[in-house]
Amino acid sequence: MSQDTSIGSGPAGTVGDRDPTDMPVMIHLDGVEKIYAPGEPPAVERLTLDVHTGEILVLVGPSGCGKSTTLRLINRMIEPTGGRIIFDGEDVTEMDPTQLRRRIGYVIQRIGLFPHQTIAENIGTVPRLLGWDANRATARTDELLDLVGLEPSIYRDRYPKELSGGQAQRVGVARALAADPPVMLMDEPFGAVDPITRDRLQNEFLRLQAEVQKTIVFVTHDIDEAIKMGDRIAILRERSVVAQLDTPARILSYPVDEFVDDFIGAGSTLKGLHFERVEGLDVPDYPTVTLETSRSEARQLLADSDFHWLLALDAQNRPARWIKDDHLSGSSQPLDQVGLQVRAVVEPNATLHDALEAMITSSAAQAVVIDHDGTYRGVVQIELLTEAIRRMRSDARRHYEQLEATR
Amino acid sequence: MDGVVSLFRFVSDNTSGVLDRTIEHAWLVLGVILAASVFSVFVGVAVQHRNTAKQFALGTASVLLTIPSLALFAIFIPLVGIGNRAAQIALFLYAILPVLRNTVTGLDAVDPAIVESAKGMGMGQVQQLLRVRIPLAWPVIIAGIRVSTQLITGVAAIAVLVGGGGLGSYIQRGLTSLGNPFSIERVWTGTLFIILLALVLDLLLGFIGKRTTSPGLR
Repeated sequence: MSQDTSIGSGPAGTVGDRDPTDMPVMIHLDGVEKIYAPGEPPAVERLTLDVHTGEILVLVGPSGCGKSTTLRLINRMIEPTGGRIIFDGEDVTEMDPTQLRRRIGYVIQRIGLFPHQTIAENIGTVPRLLGWDANRATARTDELLDLVGLEPSIYRDRYPKELSGGQAQRVGVARALAADPPVMLMDEPFGAVDPITRDRLQNEFLRLQAEVQKTIVFVTHDIDEAIKMGDRIAILRERSVVAQLDTPARILSYPVDEFVDDFIGAGSTLKGLHFERVEGLDVPDYPTVTLETSRSEARQLLADSDFHWLLALDAQNRPARWIKDDHLSGSSQPLDQVGLQVRAVVEPNATLHDALEAMITSSAAQAVVIDHDGTYRGVVQIELLTEAIRRMRSDARRHYEQLEATR
Repeated sequence: MDGVVSLFRFVSDNTSGVLDRTIEHAWLVLGVILAASVFSVFVGVAVQHRNTAKQFALGTASVLLTIPSLALFAIFIPLVGIGNRAAQIALFLYAILPVLRNTVTGLDAVDPAIVESAKGMGMGQVQQLLRVRIPLAWPVIIAGIRVSTQLITGVAAIAVLVGGGGLGSYIQRGLTSLGNPFSIERVWTGTLFIILLALVLDLLLGFIGKRTTSPGLR
């Protein structure tokens, strides 16, 4: 970490500050069932689930739990054997499947770009099926290439074999968005790329989603991807039975049973810190001095406080140095020559995870909160984080107790 | 050396005849190949997803290829009489297997993820076939057509025995008049021009194949 970078402003969407369930329902699964052969256990057993407009709902679970099957029931790549699926107010089983699929973006792990067509032709697939005129389709293709960060003049006429895995995946997303469908189904879309590219694609996709606001059902087996991408997560066990369906923050704070606890694995507390921001903390007073303060005054202030460190601010009210008792007694230099340089700073919109990381790198084991212009706002100490974790847990528990009570 | 010289002399003395027979031979082959290719691609598409039908179709086509050509030609004489028709039917049956097998192989080799995405974007069965599966299988199908063409260009020499035309007539006349002047030259003329024709047709189909295959697949 370089010393002047403030940590903060993570990718959009990592911190859930709106409740996705406030939006109207876009897809409603009502007791949906899929039995492949009579006598066999169902692949999907009476699943009832709502997907709200504009949210990313992640279906996550161990392999073979039926999450992909569930996804593919929505656009009728697999026909349900029971229950109803309502898409935007219409029962999908009463719609023509090809017409239905043209209204739903579909991205699969292996992308499935058409190797015999150029990138522009690939992206223009659904517009062509819908009978758009050539000019409109071309304009849309260029717009989408721009949107996914590929320069149209370079990539328009290339073939899929000339793309890297990450670029192919971007084209896959652009192709799914081509006819501006309200809904996207994504089946492990970033599963086949290396971890670094995956991380970048995830961030890009979240930025894109903030712009396009699609309703997305996203399947993954990777709980970390689910936590990162999901506005809400449905953790599925065998036969696509929902073990827990909630925001990532609440699932991490309050796994409802052992299955969920096992599935989210170790480190859930740390992961949970991604979902609270520094500005939500109640930062207590911290002893500060200016660089012009005299040594004796500083020593007095430190002695009167309950803290081990003083924070010295410069003339612009920006944090400058951490000063400890030893530093004050050792020499007679002015304050801007003693103590340790302040390195760990976070902005108010940083997550608690960012704050924790800053603390660990800080010489004083605490992170200074600064405003966007660099002026001092407060100091975050470890006790504040443990308190926040306790609060998140009790909030989540109370939420579930209320749910239980109203049931 | 004398043989080569006299062969050249024979060909140059009979240029128009050789050319006529070659063109006749070429038309016979091309007509049959066109019909057999269309038929085989249709059958290949129809049986590709049905395992029993696929095995049956490929098995039948293989058996057809193992029937001695002379017998196969003769079989159709009672049905359609002496002439080009019998030859065309026999050649057609021979031409099926390579195209059929390559159509099935080519369609089988299409990445299921590509078909899945085509279907998932709302392409119907016919659109998936014409816009995605056939174009992707095309290089393999055209390779089958080239093999069939080579095969029946040679076999078509026998067409003359059931009353068909083509370069086979030189070979037949030569063989039946062995010992007479120019008999060996006739055999060689027929053989040589069949080989040349096969090479030319192969180049032609190679060119067509290249022009009709997407640069994205090369």
